[in-house]
Amino acid sequence: MRANFIFSEVWIGLRRNLTMTVAVIITVAVGMAMLGVGLMINSQVKLLQDYWYDKVEISAFLCSSGNAMPSCKGKGISPGQTTALKTEIEAMAGVESASFENQAQAYENFKANYGSNPALVQVARAEDMPESFRIKLKDPDNFAPIIDQVSKKPGVAQVIHQKDLIGKFFDFLEKLRSYALGVALVLVLAAALLIGNTVRLSAFNRRRETGIMRLVGASNLYIQLPFVMEGVIAGLIGGVFAAVMLIVTKVFIFESLTEYVAINNPIGWDDVAQHILLTMLIGVVICILASFVTLRRYLRV
Amino acid sequence: MIHFENVTKVYANQNRPALDHVSVDVDKGEFVFLVGPSGSGKSTFLRLILKEERPNSGAIHVAGKDLARLSNFKVPHLRRRIGCVFQDFRLLPNKNVYENVAFALEVIGKPRRFIRKVVPEVVELVGLEGKAHRMPDELSGGEQQRVAMARAFVNRPMILLADEPTGNIDPATSIGIMKVLDRINRTGTTVVMATHDAAIVDSMRKRVVELEDGKIVRDQSRGVYGQAY
Repeated sequence: MRANFIFSEVWIGLRRNLTMTVAVIITVAVGMAMLGVGLMINSQVKLLQDYWYDKVEISAFLCSSGNAMPSCKGKGISPGQTTALKTEIEAMAGVESASFENQAQAYENFKANYGSNPALVQVARAEDMPESFRIKLKDPDNFAPIIDQVSKKPGVAQVIHQKDLIGKFFDFLEKLRSYALGVALVLVLAAALLIGNTVRLSAFNRRRETGIMRLVGASNLYIQLPFVMEGVIAGLIGGVFAAVMLIVTKVFIFESLTEYVAINNPIGWDDVAQHILLTMLIGVVICILASFVTLRRYLRV
Repeated sequence: MIHFENVTKVYANQNRPALDHVSVDVDKGEFVFLVGPSGSGKSTFLRLILKEERPNSGAIHVAGKDLARLSNFKVPHLRRRIGCVFQDFRLLPNKNVYENVAFALEVIGKPRRFIRKVVPEVVELVGLEGKAHRMPDELSGGEQQRVAMARAFVNRPMILLADEPTGNIDPATSIGIMKVLDRINRTGTTVVMATHDAAIVDSMRKRVVELEDGKIVRDQSRGVYGQAY
């Protein structure tokens, strides 16, 4: 096997079909980037779920005077009622603990959570914060009966299960992921067809050479390898561009997620590296497959 | 060397067989003319030897190998032992004489040192010494065919197949081509040449196999082209 012979053939082939090669590179790059983004979102969701799901609690917000919630009937809750309510809640089956959060604590938490949004923190005052019970469950999945019971108690304005709040965010991320993966799928298909076309063009351009190669007994591998390598090299270059796009995505989107949403664990570089490796691998494998399938049709050996 | 036994070949979508129960034996070192009108099955005969086509029935042995049992994987190795020359030369226009001949060795993975040694020898054998760096379009038809013969012979094949090698060449130049083929034959290479050229066949006085409508109608050891033509 003469490597420089193969590579000169590959180089000639790529140069002859420059526009097709560029099209392949762009399609592979965008397709693989979308695939990578989908995978990154996937791991981000997993990370967030792991982080949040054992922290979720039920928040029971208490009535203050002037609260507009109908369950309060316009009256605030007295400190005595609050203590009574606490014992009642703690006595419920399935409740592990209930802690009271007064307005000052609520304000501190608010400031901590929205620290990246100074305008919001400035506008809010401690008096705006509702008092609440933070209820921890013995079994985080069995929340419905407790929400039901607590919300019926007098003096409780509203019961919120935090899972509902993060759940919506997760739903959004998952939609984003499906979208990215869907686009990736379409682009991968397009890339495969483009590679097929490029290989077909090269096979046609070089039919004299391949005819003679066949005649003098060059092995199938020797005849096919330059064509497959063309696809692989185009795929690899596309993969490198995809890797750059993924790194940019990680830096500018996943890192800055922390600024907009309460995410304090963006996916790490090791995850990103893994996804880049995986997407490049998939890209190259698709290129090889597409080349081989077309060669079978257009290059008689 | 080449052994056909009751070989029939019918191409798809055709009723008439291209070869019809053909049995023939070609020994090592023989020189055989394959004659007959167009469509008589000469090219099919050559393509079957190369395993470019498969027979519908019958057995073919080439260089001791049963082609029916030769896996596709091994067909390239069969072809390395068979050289081919065509009417239309089939040279690479962007490579010079030396590179065209060397190409045949490069693509079967021969080392460069070996190529540098044997290519000039073969170029000389076909009578193109001093023209190794000419491009094909700078050569006459006869010279181009010599390049093609050098390429076919450079790997020292056991068999050389020539499909109307003088078809595009004037009679005077054809004599030179035949001399080269004869020289190659004298090295012990079996030569099978399909041709329409009566003058050449008559002058060489070699074995003649005549095909007509896919059947062998004549097989003479020191034959001529035939009275009918």
